[in-house]
Amino acid sequence: MASINGMKHAQAIASWLLLTLLAIPALLGVAGIVLPSLGYSSWSSEESLSLVAWQDLLGSPGIFHSVLLSVIPGLLSALFALMIVFSFLATTAGGKTLNWVRRITAPLLALPHVAAAFGVAFLLAPSGFLLRLLSPALSGWQRPPDLLIINDPWALSMTLALIMKEVPFLLLMALAALPAIQADKRLAVARSLGYQRSTAWFWTVAPALYPAMRLPLFAVIAYASTSVEVALILGPSLPPPLSVRTLSWFSDPDLTLRAQACAGALLQVTVTVATIGLWILGERIIGSLLGHLRQSGQRHFGARTFNVLGRSGFLGTFTILSLALIVLVIQAFAGRWRFPANLPDSFTLRHWSGQLPMLLEAMQTTLLIAAITVTIAFVLIVLALEQQIKSSRQLNHQLMLRLLYLPLLTPQIAFLFGYTVWLEKLKVAPGTFTVILAHLVFVIPYMYLALSGAYRGLDQRWSMLAASLGVTPARFLLRIKLPMLLAALLSSLAIGLAVSSGLYLPTLLAGGGRVTTITTEALTMAAGGSRNTIAVWAMIQTALPVLGFAMALLVPKLIWRQRRGMEGFMQ
Amino acid sequence: MNKQALQLHQLALHLGQTPLLALNTRVEPGEIATVMGPSGSGKSTLLAAIAGFLAPDFRLAGEIYLGKTRIDTLAPELRGVGLMFQDPLLFPHLSIAQNLVFAMPANTTDKLAKASEALNQLGLAGYEHRDPETLSGGQKTRVALQRLLLSKPQAVLLDEPFSSLDTALRQEIRNLVFDTLTRAQLPTILVTHDEADAEAANGQVTMLSGI
Repeated sequence: MASINGMKHAQAIASWLLLTLLAIPALLGVAGIVLPSLGYSSWSSEESLSLVAWQDLLGSPGIFHSVLLSVIPGLLSALFALMIVFSFLATTAGGKTLNWVRRITAPLLALPHVAAAFGVAFLLAPSGFLLRLLSPALSGWQRPPDLLIINDPWALSMTLALIMKEVPFLLLMALAALPAIQADKRLAVARSLGYQRSTAWFWTVAPALYPAMRLPLFAVIAYASTSVEVALILGPSLPPPLSVRTLSWFSDPDLTLRAQACAGALLQVTVTVATIGLWILGERIIGSLLGHLRQSGQRHFGARTFNVLGRSGFLGTFTILSLALIVLVIQAFAGRWRFPANLPDSFTLRHWSGQLPMLLEAMQTTLLIAAITVTIAFVLIVLALEQQIKSSRQLNHQLMLRLLYLPLLTPQIAFLFGYTVWLEKLKVAPGTFTVILAHLVFVIPYMYLALSGAYRGLDQRWSMLAASLGVTPARFLLRIKLPMLLAALLSSLAIGLAVSSGLYLPTLLAGGGRVTTITTEALTMAAGGSRNTIAVWAMIQTALPVLGFAMALLVPKLIWRQRRGMEGFMQ
Repeated sequence: MNKQALQLHQLALHLGQTPLLALNTRVEPGEIATVMGPSGSGKSTLLAAIAGFLAPDFRLAGEIYLGKTRIDTLAPELRGVGLMFQDPLLFPHLSIAQNLVFAMPANTTDKLAKASEALNQLGLAGYEHRDPETLSGGQKTRVALQRLLLSKPQAVLLDEPFSSLDTALRQEIRNLVFDTLTRAQLPTILVTHDEADAEAANGQVTMLSGI
């Protein structure tokens, strides 16, 4: 009986820990930078509050341009990714395409933001792969043209890369939400009323699907408007987006700039909130416009647009991401590669052997941090889900689902500055432990989303049956439940690994710049490394999540290859 | 071990404040008592209450005894009450023999030999390592029944266990299940909406009215 009580306590504690880990860091982190931005901090000699930092911030040259460079990628990447996904779903609704689309979308999602950004840069740069393919035959160029294609002043190349990365994410979120709204029935009814397939989808499925897409969309806006890593690679530099400038103030040896950095981070929070506010305003306007159009009764409304936008958008995303990956591979093994040759003169392993010692060390750190983070998150999530199932109260799950998005909506830069400020105040030395704590905040939401559906969806009769056979709950969990859910468990572990290994800012700031993972090292290379070295690091950065997802997919198939009844558990 | 009667003493089920059903009865060893009623009358909730899986929204008053032991205060896995559902629910990740072994009490000796023996009796000799999905519907139900008996229950609850079978098979399986449970001298409660089931069970019949 003691162990049963212990289990109950553990489950209750896990639930609270999870909620705390989701809610507190974001709030405390942001709170931690308010006072420093007013000049009140351990590194300032002033003892009174002042607005100097804010005046400096608002007075720094081009600050409003920097703010715009936060708003533009935020709005455009969410808008275009949503339009592509919805058009694509409208065009292919009810067909067989979706099955294989699901299969090719998941691996695209495994491509880390940083690697994707590098790939897009190598693809689109003036001396990049695309112009090599066109030169000299079509363009007539014998040398790279003097064009500002990437790092363009309006952040359009950066926005393009973000759109390509968010299309697979939003598509998977939509596919997960479709069964719950009985999309097939809605579609069938509308088509039987004479509406063309994509029109029918747009008028009857889209309105029910959109609410489920809102939080993911807000997360996309928040990420795109605050991302440092993608901006460092593809974003403009004169001036850079707000987040990049804020980070450079924070990392400046001149400590007086730190107050300005904290003010900048608070401005970033305001800008992101305002961008989401703009989106909500847009929702209202477009919603009422569409409300009028729906009355028109036209059976083919928008069908051509959906068809063109959906197919070309999805094809474009798939092509660009695949080409980006191919360019990375070529670049990582390339010997001499003259412009405008399509392929290098020779291939070499030199770039790899040169980086090997550093690669191994960074890989070790990355795996250690990911393994500890993912294990802690996994145990907490399983315990919390167990408690939810037993208490049958929906409150916990609903609360959790809402809180999950808090870390994803809070600009990383604000939360992490605050976190560092607190660590200094509490005299905790940054290191592996503080990085793991920061990673947990970002890993838990994705792992919970990946696991909760399958976990909560398991037929209750299995546990009743096992208990009626005299099996204890612990034995049921280990022998029946976890094995049956193996596929879902492994894919949540793989997602955890992918997220943790791909985190840049949380590793850099929470580690005090002293913890080197493959992602932080890849971005260090961005500043001074050769294209070949960068490609090596980007490939390693991609290989880790891809291997994880491949294992998560193959291992259950292999283990249960003799068990046909398990097929339903491996979607 | 002497077989004992299952006694439902002044049992009353409430959903919130709404009374759902009241029952006061005693099922003797080897008797198959039938509970009938339209859907929504609380048949399945009654079984869940006896087995120990009542959802927190429901409230159970009264006492449940196996012989002289009060069981409604015990954890589900300690009650000794076996369940059979509409679907056989063989664990899909275990082999047929593993399904049987998993159900045996921990102190059982020669578990594998006992599993083989049970399969022999079912005419499924040599099926130990097969995937449960390779069995026919009737065979699956037979294995599920065997698994139930191997767990050495003190009472059995049947939740419309035949309704997924087609008519021809239904009678055959029903006879098998009823004969087996009667011979094992287990007190059994059957929940069904099929009159033929109740007749074949040949025990007391309780009609629940829908509320």
